[in-house]
Amino acid sequence: MKKNLYPLIFLLALIVLPLLLRQEYYQHLIILFMMWVIIGSAWNLLAGYTGRVSFGHAAFFGSGAYAAGLLTYHYAISPWWGMVTGGLLATAVAFPFGWITFRLRGAYFALATLALNEVLKDAAKIAEPLTNGMVGILIMPTFSSKLPYYYIILFMMVLTILCMRLTVHSKLGYYFISIREDQEAAESMGINTTRYKMISLCIGTFWTGLAGAFYMNYMGFIDPSVVFSLQDLSIAAVLVGIVGGVGTIYGPAVGAFIMIAVQEFFRSGFFGLFKYFADKTGSSAFTTVSEFVKTAHTLGFGLLVIFVILLLPNGIVGDWPKIKRKVFRIKPEN
Amino acid sequence: MSFFRTENLVKYFGGLAAVNNVSFEVREGEIFGLIGPNGSGKTTTFNLISGFHRLNSGRVVFKGQEIHRLPTYQICRLGIGRTFQVVKPLGRMSVLDNVIAAAFARVNTLREARDLALETIDFCGIVPVQNLLAKSLPIAWRKRLEITRAMATRPALLLLDETSAGLNPTELLQAIDLIKKIRDNGTTIIIIEHIMHVIMSISDRIHAINFGQTIGEGTPQEVAQNKAVIEAYLGTDYA
Amino acid sequence: MDVFWQTLVAGILKGGLYALIGIGMTLIMGVMGIINLAQGQLMMVSMYITYVLFSALRIDPYLSLAIAMPALFLLGVLIQKYFLNPLLKVDTILPHNQVLMTVGIGMVLTEVIRFIFKSDYRSVSTTYSNKTFFLGHISFSVALTVAFGIAVMFTLGMFLFLMKTDLGRSIRATAQDKEAATLMGVNTGRITVITFGLGSALAACAGTLLAPVFYIFPDIGGPFTSKAFVITILGGLGSTVGAIFGGLTLGIAESVGSTYLGMDYENIIGMIIFVGVLVFLPSGFKRLTKV
Repeated sequence: MKKNLYPLIFLLALIVLPLLLRQEYYQHLIILFMMWVIIGSAWNLLAGYTGRVSFGHAAFFGSGAYAAGLLTYHYAISPWWGMVTGGLLATAVAFPFGWITFRLRGAYFALATLALNEVLKDAAKIAEPLTNGMVGILIMPTFSSKLPYYYIILFMMVLTILCMRLTVHSKLGYYFISIREDQEAAESMGINTTRYKMISLCIGTFWTGLAGAFYMNYMGFIDPSVVFSLQDLSIAAVLVGIVGGVGTIYGPAVGAFIMIAVQEFFRSGFFGLFKYFADKTGSSAFTTVSEFVKTAHTLGFGLLVIFVILLLPNGIVGDWPKIKRKVFRIKPEN
Repeated sequence: MSFFRTENLVKYFGGLAAVNNVSFEVREGEIFGLIGPNGSGKTTTFNLISGFHRLNSGRVVFKGQEIHRLPTYQICRLGIGRTFQVVKPLGRMSVLDNVIAAAFARVNTLREARDLALETIDFCGIVPVQNLLAKSLPIAWRKRLEITRAMATRPALLLLDETSAGLNPTELLQAIDLIKKIRDNGTTIIIIEHIMHVIMSISDRIHAINFGQTIGEGTPQEVAQNKAVIEAYLGTDYA
Repeated sequence: MDVFWQTLVAGILKGGLYALIGIGMTLIMGVMGIINLAQGQLMMVSMYITYVLFSALRIDPYLSLAIAMPALFLLGVLIQKYFLNPLLKVDTILPHNQVLMTVGIGMVLTEVIRFIFKSDYRSVSTTYSNKTFFLGHISFSVALTVAFGIAVMFTLGMFLFLMKTDLGRSIRATAQDKEAATLMGVNTGRITVITFGLGSALAACAGTLLAPVFYIFPDIGGPFTSKAFVITILGGLGSTVGAIFGGLTLGIAESVGSTYLGMDYENIIGMIIFVGVLVFLPSGFKRLTKV
């Protein structure tokens, strides 16, 4: 029970929070955070548990977003029906893709996801009659307040984490980790490695597609360069996965929090620090830096990727004992 | 119906015949030794039986069913377990989790798999290390983990590939005891072993190969006196 | 028919330069076993070096090869030594952490350049940037033709270096079997550092040669990384000769695609080739040519 204590407290806090925190800006940030927990967890199931890194998770996110968007746009079907369709379409994209790439060893899968990402982005740009091309898709939002979205994504996030926990602590989880550790040993233990890699991919992409569909409903607007973005989605998904810790249940939540924090830190120009200095000193140098910093969250992501891989290779959750030892100077027991 | 037999196994790597026309039959309940000098094709034979390599020609028949076209995992599920010469522990899982993962070949719930795993761990005598990470084990325990993991899939036929290599004399005796115990418990065994006195003392029958070809078969005494076998191991001068 | 030949020539000229970037990536792939996803970004950095030398000091792009290539060699050496080699000792669940590291490095390079130069389009407009000459009815861009010539020279030079020199042999030995090479007395740590340097220098060469004909902007690296990686896979991971074929194939395919299907299709064609190779020819051209 103690194991579930912190997550439950956290869940309660998330339920109550929007009632206290009435500014839409903060509600928006928490909504994005929860969406990223879903994407990160889905990525993590595939990469952290099954050992198959996706460098192009935007492919599945974007598929989900477009599925939901197109249903509403062309057929005026409620975007909430599109949610399920979004998850299913992402899985439908993943299925043949996995079938082809999982036969190959080494980094092929990782690189192929990157290629899939680019192909789908270009396809969405070219297929104008269907997707409106670069113009993108605009739909009317269902709710004017942020609160309904907040609780919908909260519910989805809880479902995702429950799904991950059930998966990991079952036959599936044991099989995924065995495949990650040694494919040949796994085969000799009676594991149909191709089938279980496919299952991992399908579960992971379903949730990613669902998150994409939610994004469409929530933001009301998508275009190819947003939902198939290599840096802001595919790499960000990797980042969320590795910062918190690959192969841990709650790692993606930590990762998502840090990712959103870094992004906002940059977007707000270090919380307005530079603007403050610029106003105070009247120096144009600060204004220039302030303008740059606002658009430089990608730099933050890049530095974070390098930092984490070098110094915290198992992420904050995975390397927690190491952090405690180094930062807080706590000696490990015995 | 024979329990297990191979018929004229042939496997080429490039132009080289690694296994050439090897046939043998294993009776239910025996320990069947497979010997030969380095590079004679023993491990390749195991890889052919367990489906890691595909045959160029020949047949492998287990309990009346042809298995040489089946994928590795199905061969395991039919009841042929194996260990690897170069051990393959699932490094970042605990020993118990290693065995649980294997036990899932027979059961579906975690509770059942855990019970089956604990039982197997007890049977194979690796209880003291069950909570350690597999990658932290010394070699003797790793070899034992290989056997335990294979046993957790409840095989009717177990392929042991050099499970005594690198062990000290005490560990060696324990390994021999375990192998005999597994046989007495009803699992048939095919064993590859380099240490002659081990294989001579535990095998019921022995099949010797050299350069991928059969050079003799019989009881340990018969094989020990076989001219071709002595030649292969010691050179023509001693024959 | 002229249109076809024109397309083919344009494709081959472009393909020669692609091959140069591809070989750099292939070398790194061969020795380290990783795809360097910062290859295009390294090329982009060299384009900016060329741009600065040209606009500030009026140094001709072809002369700035002598500055851009050593500079990028050094950058590559530093990256390998301080960011990639340390990862060999890191114990992590995360697979492909070196590849991911190159992604991070690529992002940082792009953003640092964006910080210095902004996102504006820049160009190195030499007197020959837009000049063409004719052979029969087919026009040749002067800059691209010269670049092609130099690219071929460097490719051949690289080839001779790998085949004939001790260092080149050590690199090939490391690529074939790292452990064996170590046992034979090759300092493989040093070899990886040099190889990454060479790979970066080749990217720099391509970048400098392309500077007079392309607009230069921070995000130009990404598409070139994708191209290089399609080439590397097309050529069969780690095969130098394969990379040359791969580069030419991609150049021609893109050229044919944009002439007959439309400009939009230029990028998607590379990816379609990539998927085709994955499905039908998983070891790339290496399987066909056996080199």
